[in-house]
Amino acid sequence: MKDTNQGPTPLVTYISGPVVKAKPAHLLSMNEMVEVGEDRLVGEVIGLEGETATIQVYEDTVGIKPGTRVFGQSIPLFAELGPGLIGQIFDGIQRPLDLLKEQWGDFIKRGKTSAALLRDKLWHFEPLVEKGSSVSPGMAIGQVKETEAIIHKILVPPGISGTVKDIAPDGHYTLEDKVAEVEVRPGEAKGLKMFHRWPVRQPRPYKKRFMPSIPLLTGQRVIDTFFPLAKGGTAAIPGGFGTGKTVTQHQLSKWADADIIIYIGCGERGNEMTGVLTDFPKLLDPRTQRPLIERTVLIANTSDMPVAAREASIYTGITMAEYFRDQGYDVALMADSTSRWAEALREISGRLEEMPAEEGFPAYLASRLAAFYERAGQVETLSGDRGSVSLIGAVSPPGGDFSEPVTMHTKRFVQCFWALDKELASARYFPAINYLNSYSAYVEAVSKWWQQTTSPEWRELRDKAVEILQEDAKLQNIVKLLGEEALPDDQRRIIEGAKLIKNDFLQQSAFDPVDTYCPPLKQFYLLKVIMHFIDRLQDVVMARVPLFRAMELPVVEKIHRAKYTIKGEEIEPFLQIMKETDEQIDALIEKNREPYHET
Amino acid sequence: MKPEHKSTDQSLSGPGLEFVGLSKVQGPLIVIDNIRDVGFGERVEVVTATGETRQGRVLAVSEKAAVVEVFHGTSGLDQSKTRVRFLGRPFELVVSKEEILGRIFSGLGMPIDGGPAPFQGESRNVNGLPINPVARAYPEDFIQTGISTIDGMNTLVRGQKLPIFSGSGLPHNDLAMQIVRQARILTEESGFAIIFAAMGVRHDEAEAFRKSFEESGVLNNVAMFLNLADDPAVERLIAPRVALTAAEFLAFEEGLHVLVILTDMTNYCEALREVATAKGEVPSRKGYPGYLYSDLASIYERAGRIHGRKGSVTQIPILTMPDDDITHPIPDLTGYITEGQIVLDRTLFRKGIYPPVNVLPSLSRLMSDGIGEGKTREDHKNLSSQLYAAYSKAKQVERLASIIGEEDLSPTDKKYFEFSKEFENRFVNQAKDENRSIFDTLDLGWELVMILPRSELVRVTEEEIEKYGKASHTGYQEQPDKDKGRT
Ligand SMILES: Nc1ncnc2c1ncn2[C@@H]1O[C@H](COP(=O)(O)OP(=O)(O)OP(=O)(O)O)[C@@H](O)[C@H]1O
Ligand SMILES: [Mg+2]
Repeated sequence: MKDTNQGPTPLVTYISGPVVKAKPAHLLSMNEMVEVGEDRLVGEVIGLEGETATIQVYEDTVGIKPGTRVFGQSIPLFAELGPGLIGQIFDGIQRPLDLLKEQWGDFIKRGKTSAALLRDKLWHFEPLVEKGSSVSPGMAIGQVKETEAIIHKILVPPGISGTVKDIAPDGHYTLEDKVAEVEVRPGEAKGLKMFHRWPVRQPRPYKKRFMPSIPLLTGQRVIDTFFPLAKGGTAAIPGGFGTGKTVTQHQLSKWADADIIIYIGCGERGNEMTGVLTDFPKLLDPRTQRPLIERTVLIANTSDMPVAAREASIYTGITMAEYFRDQGYDVALMADSTSRWAEALREISGRLEEMPAEEGFPAYLASRLAAFYERAGQVETLSGDRGSVSLIGAVSPPGGDFSEPVTMHTKRFVQCFWALDKELASARYFPAINYLNSYSAYVEAVSKWWQQTTSPEWRELRDKAVEILQEDAKLQNIVKLLGEEALPDDQRRIIEGAKLIKNDFLQQSAFDPVDTYCPPLKQFYLLKVIMHFIDRLQDVVMARVPLFRAMELPVVEKIHRAKYTIKGEEIEPFLQIMKETDEQIDALIEKNREPYHET
Repeated sequence: MKPEHKSTDQSLSGPGLEFVGLSKVQGPLIVIDNIRDVGFGERVEVVTATGETRQGRVLAVSEKAAVVEVFHGTSGLDQSKTRVRFLGRPFELVVSKEEILGRIFSGLGMPIDGGPAPFQGESRNVNGLPINPVARAYPEDFIQTGISTIDGMNTLVRGQKLPIFSGSGLPHNDLAMQIVRQARILTEESGFAIIFAAMGVRHDEAEAFRKSFEESGVLNNVAMFLNLADDPAVERLIAPRVALTAAEFLAFEEGLHVLVILTDMTNYCEALREVATAKGEVPSRKGYPGYLYSDLASIYERAGRIHGRKGSVTQIPILTMPDDDITHPIPDLTGYITEGQIVLDRTLFRKGIYPPVNVLPSLSRLMSDGIGEGKTREDHKNLSSQLYAAYSKAKQVERLASIIGEEDLSPTDKKYFEFSKEFENRFVNQAKDENRSIFDTLDLGWELVMILPRSELVRVTEEEIEKYGKASHTGYQEQPDKDKGRT
């Protein structure tokens, strides 16, 4: 960083909320990070026109006066990447919130703070290259066991390649220690530390992209079985207030089979972040049996924190996600909510007096959204590993109306659309993901995995279930007018079947100790049991046995309870239910064949 | 109860920078040219030609000019003689427990009860500061309000922000007063305070609240901040912030559990729109500014608990939904920020049901952590979920019945029909002074769900039905033909 106290600095000429103007502009460059005033409020140059620079300030600007000095930092807004990220909670511009608390107490004040990553902490560094090895960007020169679950690879930053002149031996080092020296040109060597900086608005490079084909398992049946997400894929969760966006994202953060979770609370509630902070150290990752916090990075720019930093928080998060991807990890990033990010964009744009497009949003809303989701993907990293970033964005449409700009544009750029439904939520039917207008473009791609892992009939079973729900939706229009009684039994079979799928398969409470997470095999067998029962109902209808008799069979109660009672990966109990289904339905039909048994 | 327009505030130290003359007056805004050394957001005193002092705040400032919003409005301001004093610091409130509780202030925090202005305590910026999420303690202490629809199905916890979404003419004030009168925290007795902030409400409404506090003998624990219907609209922008500054002080410095009533947030939002329009900003939905969400959040997020501090701030904001429309930006953005909402319903009101709470669109997001074994009762979660499922189905059945007639409903649907009536008349409906314990509420809930056939009770467990369902429902009979096949 350049010594910012020397020489001429631009001076503030205008302040309105987070937007500040300064002159002369030629001392600054576009997207340069700046510090404003003696309090050193962090900001970023977002416009240059004539001799005036426009700056968005990431902290409260109350009290700033025209004439205040602006200190250019000569680098664009960046994130610090290195050991010390995991388990941390940062604000939108990566200020560490726990250190802020130590420094200032319970309330967030403004101004200069300690660096994002702890400088005096000792990390156990193990070298992975030797003197004389040639290294290139993205290669690991060493590693640090950051948590029990995560080995943090120390990567050669993009832009540096050459021969290792020196490498630190196995031992304990701080982030400020030089751990390697690379000769980039004859006679010119660059020292590497365990961390580097990366400009957050610039995607990190990779070698090539793959089509996502491995499911990102979430343990949520409606997602995994009906509208699956793939590792490296994109998903949006739109829904009015209180429909379950945050709970769904918390569920995914808890149970998704990613190696790393980046959770961004972007303009949402403080208590929700507190909830994650209290729960995650206690909950265990089902795969590693380690506390979830050991694979999680939190970014909290809550709704009462400065709005410009909210805009930045998304980029800070995705940069961290790419960084772990570059180490060969599967990363899942949750952004709650992208609408608040878009609104921050709108607010800044309004203060810049830009020409608004739809509903006051700037015309570049769509391209910014596209660029954000484009940073997802499964890639071959620079060093030849495979890693992925999956993006899951919540969308908060005003009035719950999906035809508004943020939802509409997001829909164009994501492959999964998990539409939340107010009606379902008000009946406390959760997850309130509407199974009729949600979709996933990955069903085809992940079918192979599911069929290999569960059974070749997975796809057929799933499609059949979807079909029943769609038929049911049509029949419900009649039911609304005439009542269920009016339908013949073969149609009531669909209605009853759909009820089973809805209540006993799709419905899944995040707060139930067992059902909060459902492994793939259990998902498959639960659906199989239900579909088998629905199949057998056909025999009941054919035998002209009143349908309600079948719905009163004791096995139905067992099906209702299966999701709560059958734990883990047990298969036997499911086979047992299917056996009972056959026995009881056969008996029912048999009984009705003998006329003297009829009632 | 009228705020005094002349400043009697002695604590404003030093004259600040003074400029004479306004280059422009527009709506609630004034522009002052040729200023220097003025900071963004600082407090301003505007002295009229007749010597009257009005309060204001800097909205934007450049090298040459400052834009100031005037809380008492600009009417009567003289362009050449008006003097503007920049005070060099933000809007502040002097706080100390003794000087705040039992008092009545204007929306700007000036005493209007004849008493002296607080001066002993510290001055606090009324904008407050965001609570560090790391410092927050998750709210989970059940507050019993004695109202079944709230305690049973939309539980309030200490440190929550739970607004009432109402409509004009609906009894939101009665409900708020009943909550204030009855609110008890089951686990412990501790010091409490009530902060009441009125924004543009009528005199009689504010007076009704005061009376209600008086009658329940808590007046000495109450501080009222009043901006009434005939007070300047722009002052409404400061009133909730002043009130919350007092609340935060009492909660986090004095260790009290503070309940804050903010009414009516709709008037607040309209004042915000007025200023935004005057500034010529690009409006977003229905003319409200694009930052309405952030602005409301800067109010609603000032609720909660903090690790290592005793007190808490619980907010019950009240708003009237224009045209009863829950998708209107004011309730919509509020719902996106608060931790749930209690929604009042005109249809229920017309049926004579009090409180006319429609549970279906209502929600308490912090409920699941505040209830259950050790807090309320083990069956609470499932019973509540069952009541929701049943009532929601019952409403569909009612719609069907209105088409095909009640007679032609299936036997199960007829039960739902009955359930709906009983639920509204007995569970939702209660007297204004009826204070039900949580256990009474839950037992009543069981009695009602047991109206339905057992096969419909999919959200509660067999064990719960055995333990609570049968016990509570005296009229309950085994359905013999259902249980036959079970072993
Ligand atoms: N999967 C679920 N299981 C059980 N309850 C749920 C589930 N999803 C949502 N809920 C319930 O719905 C409430 C609201 O959910 P949530 O907070 O996720 O809504 P949201 O869509 O994020 O709303 P907002 O936009 O206002 O933030 C939760 O507090 C919880 O009670
Ligand atoms: Mg949410």
